[in-house]
Amino acid sequence: MTDWDPSKPILEIENLSISFFTRAREIPAVMDFSCTVMPGESMGLVGESGCGKSTVALAVMRDLGTNGRITSGSIKFKGRDLTHMTEEELRHIRGSEIAMIYQEPMASLNPAMRVGDQLAEVPMIHQGMTRDAALKLARQIIADVRLPDPDRILRAYPHQLSGGQQQRIVIAMALMAKPALLILDEPTTALDVTVEAGIVDLVKDLGTKYGTSMLFISHNLGLILDVCDRLCVMYSGEAVETGNVVEVFDKMRHPYTQALFRSIPLPGADKNSSPLIAIPGNFPLPHERPKGCNFGPRCDYFRDGLCNAGEVPMDAVPGHDRHATRCLRWREIDWDAPPKVGKVTEKLPRGRLVLKMEDLRKYYEVSAGAFGGGAEKVVKANESLSFEAHENETLAIVGESGCGKSTFAKVLMGLETATSGSIMLFDENVQDTPIQARNTDTVSKLQMVFQNPFDTLNPSMSVGRQIIRALEIFQKGSSDAERSDMMLNLLDMVKLPRAFAERMPRQLSGGQKQRVGIARAFAGGAKVVVADEPVSALDVSVQAAVTDLLMDIQRENHTTLLFISHDLSIVRYLSDRVMVMYLGHVVELGTTDQVFAPPYHPYTEALLSAVPIADTRVKKRRIVLEGDIPSAMNPPPGCPFQTRCRWKTRVPGNLCDTVLPPVQVLAGGHQIKCHLSTEELAAMEPVISMAAE
Amino acid sequence: MLPFLLRRVGVMILTALTLSFVVFCLTNLAPNLEKLARTEGSVRMSDEAVDSWIINNGHGGLMITRYGQWLGVVPGWTRTDDKGVTRGRCITEGVTAEEAPRFCGILQGDWGTSTVFREPVAKTISDKLASTGWLMLWVMLVMVPVSLIIGVMSGMREGSRTDRVLSTFAIATTATPEYVSGVILVVIFASATTGISPLLAEWGWIDGRTLFLGTATSAIDQITFWNFALPVMTIALYGIGYIARMTRASMTEVMTQQYIRTARLKGVAFHQVILKHALRNALIAPFTVIMLQFPWLLNGVVIVETLFNYKGFGWTLVQAAGNNDIQLLLACSVVAVFVVLVTQLISDIGYVFLNPRIRLS
Repeated sequence: MTDWDPSKPILEIENLSISFFTRAREIPAVMDFSCTVMPGESMGLVGESGCGKSTVALAVMRDLGTNGRITSGSIKFKGRDLTHMTEEELRHIRGSEIAMIYQEPMASLNPAMRVGDQLAEVPMIHQGMTRDAALKLARQIIADVRLPDPDRILRAYPHQLSGGQQQRIVIAMALMAKPALLILDEPTTALDVTVEAGIVDLVKDLGTKYGTSMLFISHNLGLILDVCDRLCVMYSGEAVETGNVVEVFDKMRHPYTQALFRSIPLPGADKNSSPLIAIPGNFPLPHERPKGCNFGPRCDYFRDGLCNAGEVPMDAVPGHDRHATRCLRWREIDWDAPPKVGKVTEKLPRGRLVLKMEDLRKYYEVSAGAFGGGAEKVVKANESLSFEAHENETLAIVGESGCGKSTFAKVLMGLETATSGSIMLFDENVQDTPIQARNTDTVSKLQMVFQNPFDTLNPSMSVGRQIIRALEIFQKGSSDAERSDMMLNLLDMVKLPRAFAERMPRQLSGGQKQRVGIARAFAGGAKVVVADEPVSALDVSVQAAVTDLLMDIQRENHTTLLFISHDLSIVRYLSDRVMVMYLGHVVELGTTDQVFAPPYHPYTEALLSAVPIADTRVKKRRIVLEGDIPSAMNPPPGCPFQTRCRWKTRVPGNLCDTVLPPVQVLAGGHQIKCHLSTEELAAMEPVISMAAE
Repeated sequence: MLPFLLRRVGVMILTALTLSFVVFCLTNLAPNLEKLARTEGSVRMSDEAVDSWIINNGHGGLMITRYGQWLGVVPGWTRTDDKGVTRGRCITEGVTAEEAPRFCGILQGDWGTSTVFREPVAKTISDKLASTGWLMLWVMLVMVPVSLIIGVMSGMREGSRTDRVLSTFAIATTATPEYVSGVILVVIFASATTGISPLLAEWGWIDGRTLFLGTATSAIDQITFWNFALPVMTIALYGIGYIARMTRASMTEVMTQQYIRTARLKGVAFHQVILKHALRNALIAPFTVIMLQFPWLLNGVVIVETLFNYKGFGWTLVQAAGNNDIQLLLACSVVAVFVVLVTQLISDIGYVFLNPRIRLS
């Protein structure tokens, strides 16, 4: 590559179109896509699932599978057109000039090869390095990606590492040959937020250190703001807006970008006074795209005869830094007009006590060896959980994977029984009653909305039938006709057309399936609903709609909602009270305002800092936690958080190492489980602040 | 590792005891014993004489004690008849009743005497097993590499022409039982009147009348390509198809895994992707299947050894069963049980080595 001039773009995609060919038809996945990445620049590709962003990434790698083909356009890398290269030429570029980091680190590493060998392979292929030299380089790069004990990791198999460590290995593998371009396909989606923050920092630092250009694919706008210089918003196979990150965030010129920002919960959004605005309608399927503007049917600014007349070209926004939009009306739209505020609702008063947990514990006994035997170990999934939930209230339960929030849900639902403690549902003690032994009334009062709507509906039963089945189990309605009526009312309640009763789950989109899941949960007039990450599997524009639906139903039925989530943005938006969990302990409990403002528990502070926020005005203090969450099988003595806590030095003596902190009750019933003195807590500064406008 | 092995061996012994007891019961059912009495004694014995023969020869009494005697944990029976001659399980020719050991079962190495071959069962079994060992060795040497190559080749590019051709071959061979493929092979290669042998003989390309020998009897003394190829191929063909299908399924699954994409996008050449990244992962599943083939081979050799008149273990089993040779039949079963259990143990241990995710603690 001696003839390449470093002032020229490193990657230049021009009018790229990609189609997948099936027996039935040609499915265009990407149409007329252009973007340019300059050396050292990081470019974000953002969009909802199915918009073609990963297809673009794979096209750059020329790895579209047997039925994917580039139908037109060019991809120039350092001035050379990748679309016309032979397999052999491509092989020299892959891994050495362009490297990729993938979404699921566990699946991307060969389970039967040692990490060291997988890393060493790259320079051995591309630079003809000897195995010893390659392993030495691997050791150095492992230290570069800030993994402890590189020698042990070189000899480890992927399954012996945690998710965050695996992703660092994938990053190390990509960096082995010092590539000019790095493609990151949702590199942190499968990871916890605090781990994600570490990875994002690492990627940014390494980008600066090695001068690597990046193509960063994500659905998370906050992450794009953190990492990228420029971005390209994609919708249904097309780039709809591209430009400098700050310009696109603050002065967007495409209705889809605007709608996207309005549908994500940013600080300041509130379920009562300024609710989220969901994008109406559904994402078009590739073969059902409308004529003209793809976003037309869902757009507020749609004008018949103009927007659906013909192809819409990219139009440069003058005066901006390479900012362009695929909208015909962007000059006419008043971009500063405040959004039409949806219905403003009153905050519901807190009702009577519905659920009370006291000192709940759940321990699991596991045997250590793979073939049985070995010492029995105790996993303390939940430790002394105590809280109350009232009618009309949304209580959010927040924490990273392994913190015990799902175990808590299982115990509450009766899928598991508690080791000790009590759960009072209304006036009934249910902690020792497994779900089989609970009476119908209790079961129908206490229901659950599940995380993954794709797996929780029976694929061979129609939607209506599934809801009627739930009604039968809850002993609602006296005849089939009556139950059928109730089912249709439930469909109305979750705002699905009545015709959907006849449909099979596979004919529904993710958001629609989740609505069916909600209808099923409320079939028996549930009073307490546990929603376990109900929107995390859905796209952002659908998330807003499903969240609003849950809120509406809650207002109508005076339901108590226990909202389990790891997404603090959505928690801040919809919950009244928040409970933060870490390693089975409740470390902080208070109203949303109390938890999101100082004083914080040190873990909450780190958690808040780790959440990427898609708002250029927000200033955050960066607190990156070192290391991984300790295993629940072998928790640290004393305070569960002591291994990662940055405040530990402020506590006198070795209190944190030895003594489990007491629960401090601060003003307004705000509870924090920490050794820090009241003065220290009071002196904490807020993590998030709004810059003056 | 050691506790795991000990536990597995314990379970194996228990299984072997249970299975051999079941076989013992079945072979020692009353009609079998009656048949034995009539063949050993006289065909025209009266029913009373049969009963007394059975009792006098130690086949009376409880099934469990007889099993114990056979095993060698219960003292062998002794009986002194009217003439004062003491006979017993452990009293053989040239040994007096006083000198004879009390226990004589398989634990003491006494497997009894074969009524068909008129020699100790231990000798029969070891001779025949050695012959069959050679057959199995050659079958494995042919079957495993061929089937793995076919499976990997067809699995690495799913849906390609190579895949379709090889898959068709694999399905065809595994759908043909040995007694069919054996006959077809004999007809084509080892018949003086049909197939290719008459043609070749006419052209003067072969010296004898047939290309391959239709019988493998001579292979007992000396194995040659011409007398051994057909029996080996007959058994191997069926297994080739089966293992190839398994390997193909496992290979196609591995090829769609993300780590294969990672390897490809690292710039690893295609053949290296297959050899370094896909193969080890793809062999985990077929390995168990290959180990399961060993006990199944014992079953395959019964047909093939009879068909090609190769006097090995399978042929012996047929002889023993056909002639109601209880001791020999029992010994054959014990050997079969032993082979099954040992191969399973090897399979489990090998699996652990192939798959680093399952490591013993």
